[in-house]
Amino acid sequence: MHKKWKFMISKVLQMIFTLWAIATILFFLFRLMPGNPLAAYIDPTFTKEQQEILLQQFGLDKPLWQQYFIYFGNLLQGELGNSFFFKEPVIKIIWNVLPNTIYLMLSSLIIAYVIGTLGGVILAWKRGTKTETVGIVLTLFTRSAPQFWVGMVVLAIFSFKLNWFPSAGASPAGIVYDSEIEKLLSPQFYKHLLLPSLTLAVYLLGLPLLLMRSNMMDVMNEAYVDMARMRGLKEWRIMLKYAARNAALPVITAMAVGIGYAIGGNVVIETVFSWPGLGRLLVDAVTSSDYPLAQGAFILIAAVMVFMNLVADLLYSLLDPRVSVRR
Amino acid sequence: MKSEEMTSIRNRAYKNKNLFSACIQQLLAFLRFFKQDKFCMIGAIIYVIFIILAVFAPVIAPYDPHEMQKKDGQILFNQPPSKEHLLGTTNMGRDIFSQLIYGIQPALVVGFSAAFFVVVVGTLVGLLAGYFRGWIDTLLMRMTDIAFGIPFEPFVIVLVAFLGPSVWNIVLAMALLLWRDTARVIRSQVLTVRERSFVEAAKVSGASHLRIIFFHIAPNILPLSFLYGSLAVGWAILTEAAVSFLGFGDPTVISWGYMLHDAYVSQALSRGAFYWFVPPGLCIMLAVMAGFFIGRGTEEILYPRLKKH
Repeated sequence: MHKKWKFMISKVLQMIFTLWAIATILFFLFRLMPGNPLAAYIDPTFTKEQQEILLQQFGLDKPLWQQYFIYFGNLLQGELGNSFFFKEPVIKIIWNVLPNTIYLMLSSLIIAYVIGTLGGVILAWKRGTKTETVGIVLTLFTRSAPQFWVGMVVLAIFSFKLNWFPSAGASPAGIVYDSEIEKLLSPQFYKHLLLPSLTLAVYLLGLPLLLMRSNMMDVMNEAYVDMARMRGLKEWRIMLKYAARNAALPVITAMAVGIGYAIGGNVVIETVFSWPGLGRLLVDAVTSSDYPLAQGAFILIAAVMVFMNLVADLLYSLLDPRVSVRR
Repeated sequence: MKSEEMTSIRNRAYKNKNLFSACIQQLLAFLRFFKQDKFCMIGAIIYVIFIILAVFAPVIAPYDPHEMQKKDGQILFNQPPSKEHLLGTTNMGRDIFSQLIYGIQPALVVGFSAAFFVVVVGTLVGLLAGYFRGWIDTLLMRMTDIAFGIPFEPFVIVLVAFLGPSVWNIVLAMALLLWRDTARVIRSQVLTVRERSFVEAAKVSGASHLRIIFFHIAPNILPLSFLYGSLAVGWAILTEAAVSFLGFGDPTVISWGYMLHDAYVSQALSRGAFYWFVPPGLCIMLAVMAGFFIGRGTEEILYPRLKKH
């Protein structure tokens, strides 16, 4: 038990160190780059005094080391500055789009992991047959096709040609939901969610499917599976009740990492479907040189990724006690 | 086993005084190596075709990819596929088939150069961390943790936006981050190799650290580096396409990602111009898969393991 706690504490400390390092890298990345960071904010028509005020407001007239401490002080308080473009606090803008990213990510992860896990069981079961070959080839396709291109093809067929689904956004034009609950209760919202969610799921599907397949093949050689077979149980029952149960553990940890990567990874999907989420916000902010907004979105994406990595580590050590002892 | 076989054939070839026949024997040994493996062979054939097409692009492509095609003084906007224009034309009247052929070169350049840097950096970090252990290991592995914490696509976008849109900046961004997977896997492999008796023997006979690392340990982990390199080729081609699609690509280079960006922003989707945006995507898929095939990257993809510590 003692060893386990030590392992967990060292993991948490490592996470804090990693977050600090990433925040520092970002600080220099965003400040030492060419171009005037105020270009997007200072209108040429502004007077000198107005420019002065803005410069001081963002602390951009102070030496770099002072800016670094101001930056960290702000970061610890969750203060990410004001967006150059929207002229609103960054944290508020991010807060507004974050739910959309979470809905997209969770729905596609659930679809991908349910179908992927079942698919992995079937592929392991049917190993050596045509079904397996077809399944593997299809999975390789999903791994090597660019996500945004799959999105484009899907849009062209289902939105533009068949007109079944809307082609952009998270709600019909002109409709603003009063609350998140109202949004989640609206059928229109799901109509908008379906295509991006399925497109992302197609890409995410590969990992749980192949992971499940290879775990199943390992587990199926175990003695208790032979034992079940000798007892004359039905094959599907052996597969689901004995083999799949044990093979699924690593897939659960993979999902924790998957949540982290999905938040940072669906930049292209959100752009293709004009989905108003964190990834698209980042792309728009970078395009319009909105530095505080881009930085804030980046930090949040990184923090989620690092945190989910920690969750995966801890989950893994809980599920497999050998991990923490080996260290 | 295969590599041992190859070296023995190579040694035989060196003994042969005739340089020409030695070269032929080398080539045959290489071909035999490829023939043993169907996947490897398919991947290699795809790449050979791609390389030939890329080198002879000006000859093979019927038109200049930037040129607006005209007929009877009229610019041919949005033409569907025809005999003159195999895949039709863009909304600016440019020949899509010619763009597709010219797009091979940037894909190959980005794929191979990024993979090269990823393999070199990742292998070096893994070798040094695994061999020396102690504070070097801690330092390098914490750096790897940091690299794992930085979201890949956002990082590439920000860096390319700041440094300017060029193919080389995309390669740089990938070189800065993607070594992380290779480093972790190589390190864990080195940890087991360094305990083997031939390393012990080299140490006893007074070999220097560098000699042990590069002459005794490195050859044993090279197949693994090669595998991760082949994965990196695929990643790099996909990333270049994504970055170009998002509008941060090199505007002077016609890549497959650029073509898809062009098609997307010119409403090719609503016009149902499948002949425009389907072929570049298929080409990307083919190039990425061929990369996986060559390096036996398929093995890593088909039999994934959770993070190796």
